[in-house]
Amino acid sequence: MISVQLSVAPLPAMIAFSPAVVESSLHQRLLSAARPATCTRNHLLKQNRFTGDSLRISTRSRTRSRSRSQQAPFTNCFSGDQGAARMDSQEDRIAKIASTIRVIPDFPKPGIMFQDITTLLLEPKAFKDTIDLFVERYKGKNISVVAGVEARGFIFGPPIALAIGAKFVPLRKPNKLPGEVISEEYSLEYGTDVMEMHIGAVEAGERAIVMDDLVATGGTLCTAVKLLERVGVRVVECACVIELPELKGRDRLGDIPLFVLVKAAGI
Amino acid sequence: MFAAENGLRGDPRLQVISEAIRVVPDFPKPGIMFQDITTLMADHKAFKHTVDIFVERYRDMDISVVAGVEARGFMFGPSIALAIGAKFVPLRKAGKLPGEVISESYVLEYGTDCLEMHVGAVQLAERALIIDDLVATGGTLFAAIGLLERAGAEVVECACVIGLPEVKGKFRVNGKRLYVLVEPRQIDDCC
Repeated sequence: MISVQLSVAPLPAMIAFSPAVVESSLHQRLLSAARPATCTRNHLLKQNRFTGDSLRISTRSRTRSRSRSQQAPFTNCFSGDQGAARMDSQEDRIAKIASTIRVIPDFPKPGIMFQDITTLLLEPKAFKDTIDLFVERYKGKNISVVAGVEARGFIFGPPIALAIGAKFVPLRKPNKLPGEVISEEYSLEYGTDVMEMHIGAVEAGERAIVMDDLVATGGTLCTAVKLLERVGVRVVECACVIELPELKGRDRLGDIPLFVLVKAAGI
Repeated sequence: MFAAENGLRGDPRLQVISEAIRVVPDFPKPGIMFQDITTLMADHKAFKHTVDIFVERYRDMDISVVAGVEARGFMFGPSIALAIGAKFVPLRKAGKLPGEVISESYVLEYGTDCLEMHVGAVQLAERALIIDDLVATGGTLFAAIGLLERAGAEVVECACVIGLPEVKGKFRVNGKRLYVLVEPRQIDDCC
């Protein structure tokens, strides 16, 4: 049996939605502007970042997996641009999406609580809602590139690209892309890795979003941004299904806005 | 079977798709003419045609699972799954999936590799479609079919954007129906 406890925050949290409406209309202008002022954008983001209601959701074991399935508490992180009128519907969708994500303890190593999105992909409505939430945000914003990070970025990026009329550009591990590439090295906890993009995949002046399933420290997303900026592309925003706020990826991205659907505790 | 032999002869979308694919000679090694679908995904119209053709074919076949082979199968499978209301199941290289998995080995030119699927991703008697960008020998598809059948699913068809000459004239790969959009481009075809 699934029991869903929604702890609805008292009135002050409702007031917190108002800044989201203000932010959303301003943010909409920023997304569609060719060259938003960096300092203005930073100011707005710091002022209007909010987390919505907390959801505590207990789940049934979804598979026959030996590993315990459990949910870390998720917080809504809705900063959409549709305004208060659609707030309930979007919150419902995000709550459902959050409830489908499976947490696998101690993967890939002890102490890590792995956020498994494959269970989200098993729920057609939740998967569709996930894509729709990004499409609603980016459609009509003159974004011509959706860059997806291998491999889980390949699952979410192409449907979004198709729906908003953009090209999809895969950012891959070394030696996977067959043509001429540019490469960017980045640090891992132990050692380094390399991310590559085809030369000619994008043109200078194009507006792009970078898509991945999850942002933790922000290292991967920052590398993706660097690759795109090196060839003159403007990265309008990074987009992920899940953020692990404790790992401060948002700070590491600095100037580049980050949009996520849910926040989770990863450690 | 090729799409052109199965109701889509003369469909102009097939030519758009074919022309959007780039051939890269001698990758990953000398003598291989690599069929690069990244140029297809960078061409919105061609990419949309690709997904549309598969969706038109599968939307009424009562398919509840689209299984995509890592990593290029991930680029096509989810869009098809979303459009036909099916779940998407990633089939991944060893060690990538975090939960309990079943594994199937397959033979490469040199050595073997392994494909994995999460336990519980598919249910008994579900009707499944397998997607990959390209079929050559069919070894990867063979492993994918194995995984789905072991989990009790019925593999309705395998679908690929490109089919190498080995599969021309063939309607099945390892007993399962095969559906392919285009043949590989030759280097002379490219501008």
